[in-house]
Amino acid sequence: MSRAVADNLFRGEGRSARLLGGRSKADGRLVFPFPHSADAENFDLVELANEGTLWSWTVQRFRPKTPYNGRGDPDGPFTPYGVGYIELPGQIIVESRILADDFDALRIGQPMALTTEAYREDETGEPVLTYAFTPIAEPRA
Amino acid sequence: MTDIHIVGAGIHPFGRTDGRSGLDQGVFAIQQALDDAGLQWSDMQFAFGGSSAAGAADAALPRMGLTGMQFINVNNGCATGGSSILGGYAAIKSGDYDLGIVIGFDKHPRGAFNADPEASGLPRWYGETGMMLTTQFFANKITRYMALNGIGSRTLGLVAEKAFENGSKAPHSWRKQPVDVDTIMNAQMVSDPLTKYMFCSPAEGGVALILASDRKMRELGLSGPKVRAAAIRTRPTGSFEVFSPSLEIERGQSATQLASAAAWEMAGLGPDDVDVAQLQDTESGAEIMHMAENGFCKDGEQEKMIADGVTRIGGRLPVNTDGGCLACGEPIGASGLRQVYENVEQLRGRGDRRQVEGARIGYSQVYGAPGLSGCVVLER
Repeated sequence: MSRAVADNLFRGEGRSARLLGGRSKADGRLVFPFPHSADAENFDLVELANEGTLWSWTVQRFRPKTPYNGRGDPDGPFTPYGVGYIELPGQIIVESRILADDFDALRIGQPMALTTEAYREDETGEPVLTYAFTPIAEPRA
Repeated sequence: MTDIHIVGAGIHPFGRTDGRSGLDQGVFAIQQALDDAGLQWSDMQFAFGGSSAAGAADAALPRMGLTGMQFINVNNGCATGGSSILGGYAAIKSGDYDLGIVIGFDKHPRGAFNADPEASGLPRWYGETGMMLTTQFFANKITRYMALNGIGSRTLGLVAEKAFENGSKAPHSWRKQPVDVDTIMNAQMVSDPLTKYMFCSPAEGGVALILASDRKMRELGLSGPKVRAAAIRTRPTGSFEVFSPSLEIERGQSATQLASAAAWEMAGLGPDDVDVAQLQDTESGAEIMHMAENGFCKDGEQEKMIADGVTRIGGRLPVNTDGGCLACGEPIGASGLRQVYENVEQLRGRGDRRQVEGARIGYSQVYGAPGLSGCVVLER
């Protein structure tokens, strides 16, 4: 079993996951994440597109301070992870962790797809999932 | 209409000073500013002061003297210093006061800044999953900017090289050793495309500036640069700022563009009038982007300008003549005031080995989370 890092953030798992946003009841504007405050009543929970294009990116190469609680012994080696922005066409640009075999091969504008990532295990050993985007393999010419 | 002048300036060297608290460093800067102007603490009618991690700025009161003066603590992220000077400017402009002091000091733990999601109105998962880092924002912003505007990574290296070169000539800087561009480029990557030399670090330091109306200045027989403009603006819809889990597809202006436009209008001056500029360089890319956002060039022109040495001391537009945040570090409460301090030194011809010859107009811009910018224009 696994669980999501937060409620109302995404539904499903892996490539069938869907990111959740809010649509303003007043003007139809999309927001992400879905508001977690009293503001939530002004928005409808909606699924966002699960594919988009890479808007920008970087690689996190040192262990962040708290509240980061990703996997690994704080004193041990740290595995870098990608962080970038994905443009969901006609909707919104969302910030996301990036899963990629080769960060140097990332290019702005390339197609990306939503997935989920077990970024840590909780105290009972259960994986905790967050959302991530990963490059869509280009079909070979 | 009253003009406002900076008639005294003091600084505690930036960097790391073991055994001296942030407040100690603030008090040091206050005393130096008072000595610079030949004034007493009891002459000060008001104070605006800020510190992010070193306690409330008004803790300076028992150290300097409990005179009963108006003292306002300022907390406005990395733009705290810019906010303090705006407070002092407005206090005199209003006619209520004619002599006062603005203060900033800080002392941060080593390493990147801690971020608290709740304090920024953001959900806990945003921090827990490792996306709430200022370093990531700057790296994401410059990655896209470089791709869209044809700027190569060596330009990032040249900005850092200039910073350490200038820092080696500034008595108040932290980094005193020049670092060559190849060392900078080949250093450990922190957040691609930025290596460790391309990021500033949280640090310590203190700055104090004494502001006076022109009438009071003359009465006291003092002199000093005139504040032609002081403006702060926050992020508009469509901007790309730090700690943004999402962005609108339709892009808009930045807080810096709004603040600089307001400053130019207030000063009745434009970028071409500036002789020396201090631009927020949280990392190398920020200096490059802020050159355009403040109106000093068009997007993409930085590549050639920096290669040609335009922003070096001796160039047409020297930028960050004391090494900026890269060479001085970033004590949040003091950082924006350091920029103004450096311009005061330049305009008073006290820049020594880093002096910009004949500098008459100085410009400074500080940027802070969660998306605000403060600009100050000084005239000799």
